[in-house]
Amino acid sequence: MRIFLNDDAHEVEAATLAAALESLGYGGRKIATALNGRFVAAAQRSLTNLVDGDKVEVVAPMQGG
Amino acid sequence: MSHFYGVELRSRLLLGTARYPSPAVLEGAIKASGAEVVTVSLRRESGAGRAGQNFWSFVQELGVRTLPNTAGCHSVKEAVTTAHMARELFNTTWIKLEVIGDADTLQPDVFGLVEAARILAEDGFEVFPYTTEDLVVADRLVEAGCRVLMPWGAPIGSARGLNNVYGLRSLRAHFPDIPLVVDAGLGMPSHAAAAMELGYDAVLLNTAVAEAGDPVEMARAFALGVEAGRAAFLARPMEPRDMAQPSTPVIGKAALGD
Repeated sequence: MRIFLNDDAHEVEAATLAAALESLGYGGRKIATALNGRFVAAAQRSLTNLVDGDKVEVVAPMQGG
Repeated sequence: MSHFYGVELRSRLLLGTARYPSPAVLEGAIKASGAEVVTVSLRRESGAGRAGQNFWSFVQELGVRTLPNTAGCHSVKEAVTTAHMARELFNTTWIKLEVIGDADTLQPDVFGLVEAARILAEDGFEVFPYTTEDLVVADRLVEAGCRVLMPWGAPIGSARGLNNVYGLRSLRAHFPDIPLVVDAGLGMPSHAAAAMELGYDAVLLNTAVAEAGDPVEMARAFALGVEAGRAAFLARPMEPRDMAQPSTPVIGKAALGD
């Protein structure tokens, strides 16, 4: 299926958000996620199924004021 | 000592971590400022990117408390979702809540701010709202559960200082028991001192230090400004007068005129 991760299209085989993140290089990383604008806690990623067209946001710590 | 949500801090200066020329300069500035709290944010990262991971390691080594922000959020939904991501990422219930209403001035959308503050406070967040000096908005924020208020001095990054001293003074008088932090718009240590002289509990700044020619020295200067302003407030300044009053006593002055 095709998902959009931080606006970039990706073809993924993974059924869950956790598996998709692993396949896209985020394994073990300090990140936070949202699916279609809703926060998905780290513990919920493996329980969160993806469907075609889903929009995933992945963020990491950054400098801020 | 200042208190924010039960946390006691010796330093009354909170420092932002953005726009420094290098991590080494940022580290030097944090140390020179004496800040025990630094603001941080979160941004998209690619699978191959390492900037976020590197910054996280850097922050952990500093040994300071983090205050994540919702910078760049223009809606309640965005800000609330960002706050949830920040809570997980930085492992803190503290959130500097920004809901921006105007792109040119980065003025807070105070209506969205109150709504987002209520949602987050009910969800266990300890909210530091970036707001204006408006008294009624401040009342609503306190009603919503905020136990700290952070009115702007001037628009973010403008270095204009305290645009509305009267408004800030009124806010202090109206909320004697709520920790108040002037957040944004400071350009010089004298601006920070002026905020502290009004009885504010702390100041939060970033750009004035980060974009100075020598950020480390400017961080030190701001620390001194904050300390001077606080000491002046505690020393109870005299009231201004309209007319001069000689400081040197005139009694006993030699009669030397014609």
